[in-house]
Amino acid sequence: MPPVFVIARLTIQEASRRRLLLALVILTLIVVGFSAWGFHKITELTRPTEVQLITSQLLIVVTFMYSGVLALSAAVVAGPLISGEVESGLLLSVLARPVKRSEVVIGKWLGLAALVAIYAGGSALLEMIAVDWATGYVPPHPIELTVYVGTEGLALLSLGLVLSTRLSGITGGVIALVAWLMGWIGGVVGDIGTGLQNQAVENIGIVSRLILPTDGLWRGAVYAMEPDVVLAQLRLAGTLGRANPFSAVDPPPIAFLAWVAVWFATMLALSIWSFRTREI
Amino acid sequence: MAAPKGAAASSPAIHTVELTKRFGATVALAGLSMTVPRGEIFGFLGPNGAGKTTAVKLLLGLLGATSGEGWLLGQPIGDLKTRRRIGYLPELFRYQSWLSAREVLALHCELAPLPRSRWKEAIDGALDIVGLSDRADSRVSTFSKGMQQRLGLGAALLGAPELVFLDEPTSALDPIGRHDVRRIIRQMAERGTAVFLNSHLLSEVEQVCDRVAVVDHGRVIASGTMGELLSGSAVRLRVTGLADGQRTKLSSFGPVDDEGEYLTFTKLGPERVPDLVAEIVSLGGRVYEVVPRHQNLEDRFLELLHEEEAPK
Repeated sequence: MPPVFVIARLTIQEASRRRLLLALVILTLIVVGFSAWGFHKITELTRPTEVQLITSQLLIVVTFMYSGVLALSAAVVAGPLISGEVESGLLLSVLARPVKRSEVVIGKWLGLAALVAIYAGGSALLEMIAVDWATGYVPPHPIELTVYVGTEGLALLSLGLVLSTRLSGITGGVIALVAWLMGWIGGVVGDIGTGLQNQAVENIGIVSRLILPTDGLWRGAVYAMEPDVVLAQLRLAGTLGRANPFSAVDPPPIAFLAWVAVWFATMLALSIWSFRTREI
Repeated sequence: MAAPKGAAASSPAIHTVELTKRFGATVALAGLSMTVPRGEIFGFLGPNGAGKTTAVKLLLGLLGATSGEGWLLGQPIGDLKTRRRIGYLPELFRYQSWLSAREVLALHCELAPLPRSRWKEAIDGALDIVGLSDRADSRVSTFSKGMQQRLGLGAALLGAPELVFLDEPTSALDPIGRHDVRRIIRQMAERGTAVFLNSHLLSEVEQVCDRVAVVDHGRVIASGTMGELLSGSAVRLRVTGLADGQRTKLSSFGPVDDEGEYLTFTKLGPERVPDLVAEIVSLGGRVYEVVPRHQNLEDRFLELLHEEEAPK
């Protein structure tokens, strides 16, 4: 097996043996159970005509929690991904083998990316099954929703990985988390600019989404969860309909998605360059 | 610079020319030039912070040299393919705590890489040599530091490498473990493996090494075979009644290792012993023991460091 896949397998094995996967599975099952109960309550407490509307909005809030858990987990796990093993000496004997540093970086990214994808896919599937069972509601674009939320986790993982090549695990993890929150706040500020029809303030949101595309991806996930009736109401509200971090009137533009691909490539290239030039 | 064609097989295990490493204004290694022949056990000695680990990391390509050149097994340092023929036990040894000993060795077999058909034999052999066969399937997290160092040594031995770097390989081991490591090192050399032994444990180096280099402040201050290096003689005395000021008056008898009642003159010929004793007595000292002996590595090491520190 090429070294890059050996490192990826080792990363997954570590998460599994350290019971990270088990903890996530148990927590997800608890959250899915509680939310299924909560969604079921909606059907008892509201009129049948309102169930879809309320469920769709509550699902956006629940998904925000999932994306938060994913972002937090990705940042915390990615923070010490390289630096932790450099500091402990774990990488010394590995790098003395015929293994390129780029293979270590890509292997670790692949391993964690697989975990993020499995978690995002698994938790999204379980949650949507639970919501469907409780209310009969399925979001309009379930696959896109899962991909956007998963990609948000991957973005945090990639940012954490870059930082991990130079900074200690705690520092890198904290910076990645703060960046994620700032990205979200930047999006909210941009929304306010949209509501006020102030281009300068709106640009803050655009720039923050270019620096860290997590909020833009989140808006993609929100759009994927909004039924047509909600979209129609938001469009009727004009600019005010866009001024809300839990709403999206349009899907992310293709140019933004292309930028996300460039952003990921840049993060990986930066991680490789940074680790290659680091002295151990 | 590439080695001449066909020279790789007969080339030395290690050859460096003016290998230098600076960290900002600090010179960690200042122009290391040395040659380690194949199949030899080479001791790299020096006090803490002398640049020993830096030298090993430079040779393995973990650090980039500021200037100078080096070759391992005939290939420039940093060559990936050459690493297939090299083993390394780091000073800061740490292995995947979530894996078993057997899994750690399998990981190194995979990265080395060894053909899968040879893994079982290589892993069982390494576990047996380092005395971990009965703990092969235990998680590394349950191992003591000494056991982890043994495991690291086992990983370094996998696949019968042509060159092995051992950086302070007995730092966590008890006397039995140290004895075992010396035996393992000798066995490797008998098989034709060159061993680069980084250590500040002089007796260890003296017992196993064919050739040594002494490094201090990033410079090699002496090198040669053990015979070449230890040609002098030393004298150890047990003395009381000498104040510190009076002890300094004995400096004309060469470098001295002062251990309280015991004074070792690390470079003193037997013909000068009567003069030394007379001087001590004239200073009011009382002499209980006088033991002339061949210089050992510790004497020579202290003498070299003393010469380094003395004003030029």
